[in-house]
Amino acid sequence: MLNPTEPHELPRALQHLLARSQPETAAPLARRSFLKLAGAGGLALGVFPRLAMAQADGAGPAAGGLKPTEQPAAFVQIAPNGEVTVTLNRLEFGQGVQTALPMILAEELDADWALVRSRHGNGDAAYADPRFGLAITGGSTAIKHSFTQYRELGARARAMLLAAAAARWNVDAATLRTSAGQVLAPDGRKLGYGELAEAAMALPVPEKVTLKDPKDFRLIGQPTSRLDARAKSSGRQDFGIDVRLPGQLTAVVAHPPVFGAKLVSVDDGAARAVKGVKAVLRVPLDRGAEGVAVVADGYWPAKQGRDALKLQWDTAAAEKVDSERQLAQYRELAGQGGARKFDADMAPLERAPHRIEAEFVFPYLAHAPMEPLNCTVQLAKDGAQLWLGTQFPGVDGMAAARTLGLKPEQVQVHVQAAGGGFGRRGNPSSDYVVEACQVAKAARTAGLDVPVRLLWSREDDIKGGYYRPMHLHRARIGFDAQGKVLAWDHALVGQSITAGTFFEGAMVKDGIDATAVEGLRDPYPLPMRLTVHHPKVNVPVLWWRSVGSTHTAFVMETLIDEIARTTQQDPVAYRLQLLGDKHPRHRAALQLAVDKSGYGKTKLPAGRAWGVAVHESFETVVAYVVQASVQKGSPVLHRVTAGVHCNLAVNPRTVEAQVQGAALMGLSMCLPGAAITLKDGVVQQSNFGDFAVPRITDMPEIAVHVVPSAEPPTGMGEPGLPPLAPAFANAIARLTGKPVRDMPFKLA
Amino acid sequence: MSILNVNGRAHTLDADPATPILWALRDTLGLTGTKFGCGAALCGACTVHLDGQAVRSCVTPISAAQGKKITTIEAATDGSDRVGAAVHAAWVKHDVAQCGYCQSGQVMSATAFLKSLPKGKQPSAAEIDGAMAGNICRCGTYARIRAAVADAAKTLA
Repeated sequence: MLNPTEPHELPRALQHLLARSQPETAAPLARRSFLKLAGAGGLALGVFPRLAMAQADGAGPAAGGLKPTEQPAAFVQIAPNGEVTVTLNRLEFGQGVQTALPMILAEELDADWALVRSRHGNGDAAYADPRFGLAITGGSTAIKHSFTQYRELGARARAMLLAAAAARWNVDAATLRTSAGQVLAPDGRKLGYGELAEAAMALPVPEKVTLKDPKDFRLIGQPTSRLDARAKSSGRQDFGIDVRLPGQLTAVVAHPPVFGAKLVSVDDGAARAVKGVKAVLRVPLDRGAEGVAVVADGYWPAKQGRDALKLQWDTAAAEKVDSERQLAQYRELAGQGGARKFDADMAPLERAPHRIEAEFVFPYLAHAPMEPLNCTVQLAKDGAQLWLGTQFPGVDGMAAARTLGLKPEQVQVHVQAAGGGFGRRGNPSSDYVVEACQVAKAARTAGLDVPVRLLWSREDDIKGGYYRPMHLHRARIGFDAQGKVLAWDHALVGQSITAGTFFEGAMVKDGIDATAVEGLRDPYPLPMRLTVHHPKVNVPVLWWRSVGSTHTAFVMETLIDEIARTTQQDPVAYRLQLLGDKHPRHRAALQLAVDKSGYGKTKLPAGRAWGVAVHESFETVVAYVVQASVQKGSPVLHRVTAGVHCNLAVNPRTVEAQVQGAALMGLSMCLPGAAITLKDGVVQQSNFGDFAVPRITDMPEIAVHVVPSAEPPTGMGEPGLPPLAPAFANAIARLTGKPVRDMPFKLA
Repeated sequence: MSILNVNGRAHTLDADPATPILWALRDTLGLTGTKFGCGAALCGACTVHLDGQAVRSCVTPISAAQGKKITTIEAATDGSDRVGAAVHAAWVKHDVAQCGYCQSGQVMSATAFLKSLPKGKQPSAAEIDGAMAGNICRCGTYARIRAAVADAAKTLA
């Protein structure tokens, strides 16, 4: 998600945000959160020196120079029976950190994997991203940023266990070794970690630890089953939506039909008459709008109540977006001068022997995670507690504090497993979290002093905005008979995702949002002039799995393929020639996919064609070689072979799953029904019937191959998405002789 | 008053008979393993068995369940049901779940499908796809769902 061109600037922006949100006097954070974490599953780390506890909370002096993110106490809990519980600094929402982060820590701890469990952290400082300084799940950063962190945490805890055993036996710790959750003495004596934990954690935390040589890894790199596999296939995994607190009520909110519209009148007589409805409340909403919350003792009566409301809206002041008109405006903008990202001499364009003029249109897209958005809020006199699956617990907690008139430390965010997110659960404006707080506040004022769960229907989700922005790309490319590009004039029109948010300072430079242009031009050495327009449109936008690369990869990889086709060159050979020797990871991923697919060797059945694409996003390169056909006028994807370069694959089983899933989400952009459109300001889609997502019948065969590497791992949540659609489109273009320019695919 | 027979136990509910089974399970009985995905029988996340048939509980009113037996994911995977246990084991073996939210519905659809097959019959790939086409997984776990259903069918043969 976040993939700033200058990554060092992002932490600064986040620190700025943090500074802005901190109270004047930094009162020590309450210790309840740490105690709660420590107390839940065993006493081991519950008995902990006061100093280290303060550190784990982010307050108190940093003795030993260790930051809260480096304190094993906040991350490792060892119960007397030897069970090791690892606390996550990320949201688990499908990407598998729930298993991979414990694997990394357990590797250095030398834990018995059969006894390793995991759980979510909360909004405390210990669970901030060690590079961003704020708790964030996004940008495929979990493993990339926390690999060394979790190794060191495991190694520190192991060193403390060794020291405790040495003291118990009165021997030199250097004579001891560890294996599968036990400390072993040369004379054959053994002590389980569970027997040592209490004593170990009272010892000083070592600052410097020696990490294993990667060739000695026993867990990292092994295809490992997910720790949550059993719970997640038996209905026993709880998500945010499953939180049930005593007395809890459910709220459903009527949102305006046009973003930002005003509420004129409310007739709630029929709604109040619905059995189970406790209150009907006017609440301020996102973007200055106002809505009506129906609070009831369950979702069904709340929704019945909402359906029974008679509401009048004033949409006069709101800009009413119409997709067709918007496209015409984007086309006009694309022909005008704008912000300049890259520059090059465009004079050779007019005299180039070959020219391509292309226009691409990408619609708005909803994330549509399977778990509808929800947030449960419990208010108290001097604080609030929130339960939700969130990619931004810190940001959401601060937004809640602002909404409720509390200090950030008075808000506690309990991170729950989420049923998908894809960026929607990481919104800088915390839209549905603020909405939940407004409802809880209004309910309390109305005398309902109980926890309130806000629950969006699927229709609320599809119509509720924060979409992948609509984009228009226009390219004029001049090249010679050998495929050498002489000039590439490129225009991009689309809303900025980060403008107006606290990410703007880090992500928008010279009027260009880095999240819009990421993936354009590079890695190919192209003389490109890139002009960018970020119009303001009354449709909320947000990052959507792989962000800018959802559109830039398609544009780049279909155009490169078209140049190869026009100059009658093999698309793989042409790419390898362009990549030269400067991009070994691209070459390795592409070559692996080619070799494993049979491309160039296997003859395809009549009516099928190969398609190729390679793209780097979030520092991981993925190449796809696909087989596709056109059946009854519709493009069909049959087979996908992936070559992946993510450096060291911590859990190859999860890497495979992430590529399978991201490929399918990439395919989702190509299929009929993958578009959010507006007419007269109203979103025209409402549910999975008209905003279609792929089903099992759309799933191609897919084989995933990872380039072996021992380098520090890069991200895997997003990079599998971008190259799928262009690889598919390139195969279709080979069959029809006509390039695919529209998403979802329209065959000319 | 409505009577719901859920997982072998009868519950008396004071609820509007039009209330979908989903909300009676989740909000009244606290059986949250059955998931809300779309509210319109489009995604299958809420799939339960009504007298052994897979139904979408988000659009099936409790009035339609009078005198019938509802089975939810909690009971289907508690080990007491041979087919449910085989499907659950295959889901774990193939590491199907990613976010896991839709998987209750997937497991319930797969279980009903395998129960509907003549004894010993191994489903074809197209039959598996056809049986599972009503269940959306936004994470894209379909490749592993296919493998798990086929594997469960084998273990039941």
